[in-house]
Amino acid sequence: MPEQLKRLFPLFAIFIIIFLIIRHLLIPDTFGLYGHYRGDALKDNANIELVYASKEACIECHSDIREMLEMDEHSDISCLSCHGPGLEHVENPETANIEKPGSREFCGRCHAINPARSTNMIIQVDIKEHHAEKKDCIDCHNPHQVWEIKE
Amino acid sequence: MGNKGIKSSRRKFVKKTAAIAGTLVASSLIEPFKLLVYATEEPKDEGPWWGVGIDISKCIGCGLCAKSCKIENNVPEDPFFFRSWVEQYTVYNDGTVKVVSPNGGIDGFNQEEDKENIFKTFFVPKMCNQCAKSPCTQVCPVGATFETPEGITLVDSEHCIGCSYCVQACPYGCRYIHPESIVADKCTLCYHRLTKGIAPACMEVCPTGARIYGNLRDPESELVKYMKNNSYQVLKPNLNTGSKLYYNALSAEVI
Ligand code: HEC
Ligand code: HEC
Ligand code: HEC
Ligand code: HEC
Repeated sequence: MPEQLKRLFPLFAIFIIIFLIIRHLLIPDTFGLYGHYRGDALKDNANIELVYASKEACIECHSDIREMLEMDEHSDISCLSCHGPGLEHVENPETANIEKPGSREFCGRCHAINPARSTNMIIQVDIKEHHAEKKDCIDCHNPHQVWEIKE
Repeated sequence: MGNKGIKSSRRKFVKKTAAIAGTLVASSLIEPFKLLVYATEEPKDEGPWWGVGIDISKCIGCGLCAKSCKIENNVPEDPFFFRSWVEQYTVYNDGTVKVVSPNGGIDGFNQEEDKENIFKTFFVPKMCNQCAKSPCTQVCPVGATFETPEGITLVDSEHCIGCSYCVQACPYGCRYIHPESIVADKCTLCYHRLTKGIAPACMEVCPTGARIYGNLRDPESELVKYMKNNSYQVLKPNLNTGSKLYYNALSAEVI
């Protein structure tokens, strides 16, 4: 082997070692633990804080309303659909920190007339005309027991 | 001479092959080279393998899924950042198709159009398809987006460099660059809830059961039953993305 080639070998070796060191420093600790990604990323993603409570959380303290709901047409709807995230309330129930929307717009989200809505899934009313004598839907309908109509 | 030459070159060949094979095996034992080994490893067949089902015939377009997603996952308010949104398709009698998604549907829909002209209209909720062969993870230059062993495509926001290749690669438009952290962001199927055994926010609030999720490996799961009972379809099947978002009652107009 020619002398000049032999002299190149240490040089190459140094380059490769430097490359490996830099590579080692740049790659995060848990990279490649489960695949071509940082293993700790799974933990990071799992540790994000919840904002919405779970459906079951409300029943612990409000079982009466759950029972009421179950007896009528809104039985399949989660408390959270109407009352919003609610986790703040579960952790600190003494303060009234939860939404209670009962306006025509809110009920209209589901009940307003729209030809794209299947009538098998939902009964629709004209939210502007339907019993316009009272302002809000909950002035007549109990949101938890919709066929309990207040006079 | 000739015979000897062949012998010596064969010996050289065997020696070199042995050396290369030996180096590969030895280097695979060293931590930084684990990746080389991973490339040939098969995914393990245990634990859940999540998929999603959306029944268009049940969707009433209340938009609570889109709204709850924004709240749960701290998605910016602006009407062009979405992890989950709802579109309304309207097919007119003359064959034209209109797609609207006012504010992604987070405030609901109200359509006051002449019913006479409408051939057909329906809602299509959209979200990450949790592809098994994700085009978005393949283009990431730093390995910051990946499929978890549970079949969920996630973003490692600490490692992401915000190059937006994945945003362009997603054929379903399900990714965006978060304006605050300047990294890619997308639906995680609420990984932080799933791992605690709680339903994703959008499924939690859906009033009609139009959205379901389930373990595709469990023959008793709600999703598997739904798939057995319905003629489901995925979006853009021609792209072979291995989408795990199964739509029922999907019309040909939907893209
Ligand atoms: C730890 C027990 C507890 C849990 C869990 C709980 N609540 Fe409550 N909730 C209360 C108490 C106590 C009050 C009465 C507070 C008051 O009167 O100001 C209340 C009041 C309310 C109110 C009325 C607030 C008002 O302004 O009048 C609503 C609505 C409500 N809860 C909904 C929910 C929902 C939805 C959930 C599930 C996410 C839930 N709660 C879970 C204890 C609980
Ligand atoms: C269809 C929407 C809807 C659903 C579903 C719903 N609520 Fe309500 N809820 C309301 C509205 C609207 C009010 C306000 C009623 C009022 O001010 O008269 C309310 C009021 C309440 C109150 C205050 C006390 C009362 O009786 O007025 C509590 C507590 C409550 N809800 C708990 C629950 C729980 C627990 C669930 C789930 C089991 C639930 N709600 C499901 C709409 C809903
Ligand atoms: C999240 C969507 C949603 C919201 C919000 C909602 N509803 Fe409903 N409601 C439904 C669904 C779904 C049904 C039908 C259940 C069924 O048919 O099995 C229903 C049924 C009803 C019915 C009975 C119709 C029948 O089938 O006989 C009444 C009345 C009603 N809702 C009133 C209200 C009022 C008043 C409000 C506002 C406080 C409201 N709803 C808000 C989803 C909603
Ligand atoms: C003044 C009282 C009153 C108000 C306000 C009111 N309703 Fe009603 N609602 C009734 C009565 C009474 C019925 C029984 C059937 C009828 O008279 O139409 C009814 C029936 C319904 C039905 C069933 C319709 C059917 O065809 O079976 C729905 C759905 C409904 N209401 C939703 C709503 C919604 C949504 C709102 C708010 C936009 C609302 N209601 C406001 C009194 C009221």
